Amino acid sequence: MYPIVKKEKLADKIFLMDVKAPRVADACLPGQFIIAKIDEVGERIPLTICDYDREEGTITIVFQTVGASTERMSHLSVGDAFMDFVGPLGVPSELCMEENLEETKKKNIVFIAGGVGTAPVYPQVKWLKAHGVDVTVIMGSRTKDLLFYVEEMRAVAGQLCVTTDDGSYGFHGMGTNQLQALVDDGQKFDWCVAIGPMIMMKFVCKLTKELGIPTIVSMNPIMVDGTGMCGACRLVVGDQVKFACVDGPEFDGHLVDFDQAMSRQQQYKTEEGRAMLALQEGDTHHGGCGHCGGDK
Amino acid sequence: MDVLKKVPVSEQDPKVRATNFEEVCLGYTMDEAMEEASRCLNCKNAQCVKGCPVSINIPGFVAAVKDGDMAKAYEVISESSALPAVCGRVCPQESQCEGKCIRGIKGEAVSIGKLERFTADWARENGIKPQGCDAKNGHKVAVVGSGPAGLTCAGDLAKLGYDVTIFEALHEAGGVLVYGIPEFRLPKSKVVAAEVENVKSLGVKIETNVIIGRSITIDELMEKEGFEAVFIGSGAGLPRFMGIPGEQAKGVFSANEFLTRNNLMKAFKEGYDTPIARGKKVVVVGGGNVAMDAARTALRLGAEVHIVYRRSEEELPARVEEVHHAKEEGVIFDLLQNPTEILVDENGCVNGVRIIKMELGEPDESGRRSPIEIPGSEYEIEADTVIMSLGTSPNPLISATTKGLDVNRRGCIICEDDGATSKEAVYAGGDAVTGAATVILAMGAGKAAAKGIHEYFQNK
Repeated sequence: MYPIVKKEKLADKIFLMDVKAPRVADACLPGQFIIAKIDEVGERIPLTICDYDREEGTITIVFQTVGASTERMSHLSVGDAFMDFVGPLGVPSELCMEENLEETKKKNIVFIAGGVGTAPVYPQVKWLKAHGVDVTVIMGSRTKDLLFYVEEMRAVAGQLCVTTDDGSYGFHGMGTNQLQALVDDGQKFDWCVAIGPMIMMKFVCKLTKELGIPTIVSMNPIMVDGTGMCGACRLVVGDQVKFACVDGPEFDGHLVDFDQAMSRQQQYKTEEGRAMLALQEGDTHHGGCGHCGGDK
Repeated sequence: MDVLKKVPVSEQDPKVRATNFEEVCLGYTMDEAMEEASRCLNCKNAQCVKGCPVSINIPGFVAAVKDGDMAKAYEVISESSALPAVCGRVCPQESQCEGKCIRGIKGEAVSIGKLERFTADWARENGIKPQGCDAKNGHKVAVVGSGPAGLTCAGDLAKLGYDVTIFEALHEAGGVLVYGIPEFRLPKSKVVAAEVENVKSLGVKIETNVIIGRSITIDELMEKEGFEAVFIGSGAGLPRFMGIPGEQAKGVFSANEFLTRNNLMKAFKEGYDTPIARGKKVVVVGGGNVAMDAARTALRLGAEVHIVYRRSEEELPARVEEVHHAKEEGVIFDLLQNPTEILVDENGCVNGVRIIKMELGEPDESGRRSPIEIPGSEYEIEADTVIMSLGTSPNPLISATTKGLDVNRRGCIICEDDGATSKEAVYAGGDAVTGAATVILAMGAGKAAAKGIHEYFQNK
């Protein structure tokens, strides 16, 4: 069993949990994910790692309740435990590898985080700060009440821009508008990392392609085992079929076929049982991020 | 009684079982088992044993069944096999032990598989466990994967006195026995869990939710956790697809995904959260055991199911019994046919398959006659679900994270007959070495590696 040692409500429907999982905490790096299963009947839910404490042996996850499984998860409290919690899965972020540090230091990096995507962006920015790299972070949501981690992010980012769709906090607009504004202002970026709902990443990639900024995205397709066995998470990247669980989750955003990925993510929404669709949405990035306009 | 024929075994009626997930074969009764065992000629130079990848003393255990001495029969099998209740159900006996049976020359071979199953089931029902080893030798061995190769290797090493820990990436032990093979062929809690418990009763520890290559590497297991040798039985890997148009559409699944949702995640059962596509008309592409399992699962979930296979019935790689059962249950076989495109509607969902008819040409390198397309024979059928069952390519996780471990061009781990890899004290076996094969071949490899590891320690 994997006990929950801390739980916090970060914003409306957005929760943070610290889970005791020493093997995962010992091995994980930014960019990787875990799979959690609540109990015998639960699904395997993939969630990006948001932070880790090797001393305490804990992993921080942040999730938004968007379906039956995440809703059920939100009812767990400190003292409860996940029946299963496995990881780290996926390839660590290339930016956050010691061996790439010299290259990374030469880059002007901008992170664009949408909605719950802020959570997986945080450990990367934190790791970079700890290794002497200051980056720009654009983080946004639909409205002020959905923002979280603003102060934490401010502490580790070189430059922080917060955006809301409705202008209730920070820059009035979406992440893409903010990036365009920074570039118009004369700021230069030669590397971008975008994490959020697929539609937001799609539009970020459209813009950064025009601006000529290489862009890494973190994909969150449907998964079952997450260990390289079932193929549910396959994506078309360039002309190749890739598996997000073992080849990713990070990919060259300019090569990802987002339309196909978004269509496949709706897999269980077209089945007869419409109730099922909610069940499968147990993931962090589904609309409401403020960058994508997908929920309008 | 006709000594040339097997004592028939009772099965669930095909019409009834096509709608449930209960086991198809009901197994022998004691009387039936003893009668069938009496057909054994007890050959001095037993050919059946040579056909068994783990060399069970078949005449020995069959003779004990004939005498009604079931405890003895189980003891004889346990000397060679850690998973008899599994093997009695899923081994391709017709091409192994039973394929070599002298009885089979003039009539039907002795039903060795059904007798093995009966013996193992009897032992379980009577609470008999395999004999362990009291004297521990203090050497720590790690086993990667709790499938048939890993369980066999771990069981054999524990019997020799080793301190064995199995690391399993999924949340349940058993590997393909729990995620791949369906309940109606291999009951999970009754049979698989019980055999896993038997292996644990030998002193083997199993740690689930540890993915070797990610949670911890093989080098770290040896350097940080004190394991002196490692056996890699991590199984087959990523599913293959055809590379035809439409394969990324909604409603196209790998057999691994479909079966994992159904078997490991129990999507067929009321109350479980994991969803599964219950198609109305399902096309399964491929002709192996996995294709049969996927087809018969889809059928039980309520679909009309077509198996599309590019060769003829004779070349179907699946066990004869599985094909027979699938047909009885109503799976439709579209043989000598191959998909060329998956048709997709305006919402990105599968709505049909374009199929071309094939004929057989000259034998290819596999010895099977190669299928050739018949020009102009294409036609379309309606379907809302397509399940690709075309085999797998090795999982790159371990090979990519283990220094000095050589793999071949296809990514399979290279090893000697005793399982020794290019890396000292690291052994491997099963699908990670051979690519997708059978449960019993993996067990044979696990067994050989246990012997190899034991010799390694003795010569150290």
